[in-house]
Amino acid sequence: MADENRHVAFICSKGNLDMAYPALVMGWAALGNGIDVTIFFTFWGMDMITEKRIDHLELAPVGITSMKMGMMGVPGDLGIPNLMGALPGMTAFATSVMRKKIAEVGAPPVREYLQMLVDGGAKLYACKMSVDMFGLRKEDFIDGVIDVVTASDFMDMTEGAQIIFI
Amino acid sequence: MATKVIAGKEVQINDEGFMTDPAEWNKEIAAAIAVEEGISALTDAHWKVIDFCRTTTAGLGGKSPTLRQITAGTGVSTKELFSLFPKGPAKKVAKIAGLGKPEGCV
Repeated sequence: MADENRHVAFICSKGNLDMAYPALVMGWAALGNGIDVTIFFTFWGMDMITEKRIDHLELAPVGITSMKMGMMGVPGDLGIPNLMGALPGMTAFATSVMRKKIAEVGAPPVREYLQMLVDGGAKLYACKMSVDMFGLRKEDFIDGVIDVVTASDFMDMTEGAQIIFI
Repeated sequence: MATKVIAGKEVQINDEGFMTDPAEWNKEIAAAIAVEEGISALTDAHWKVIDFCRTTTAGLGGKSPTLRQITAGTGVSTKELFSLFPKGPAKKVAKIAGLGKPEGCV
């Protein structure tokens, strides 16, 4: 066991801007500590590796009760009324606020972050069922994606790994 | 605080094996720790990274910079950094440079 390297596998199932980051941050930390990393992108999570979507991940303020107006510099603990969040332009606004917050802590945009992970040795795979369902092909993904694989393939390649579902 | 003799010099280390006093570090110690970490010889490329960490640590309270700070500050690519210090460059660089683990997630 001692000579077997620790291995962490992430399943990314969300395509929202905020939900793209947990696997990126933890995966990068794992690589920095010498832990093997595999990331499996499924369902909406495939936006994170889809060439035409990766730079345009968004965050809709509707239904996110933790997102307060304090993030935008409004004093107090005021929420964003869902009705207001539904107004045209609010998703773009919330997205730009979140992008700014992410940049402020020195975290790179998703495309650059994923490239860092690939360069650090992370292995990226897309889920076959989702790829078929959304009518995508391997060519639609960024270069770092190794292959389109089935859930069973994923289980085989992550034997003994710690699996984190996001 | 434990001490350990590295390259003939007694230095203070914490329980994870990181040196705690950057002033006790020297180049011979770096080479000896590198060997312990599986890097048999430190090349100019290694030193470029180590020197950068040593010079930036003053502003980081004795901690090593993060990997992204290293790649941004040295021009060494992520790929190269991982091949110079394989299997865990964040910890390895800090250890060899005689600094604390980097604080910060990127």
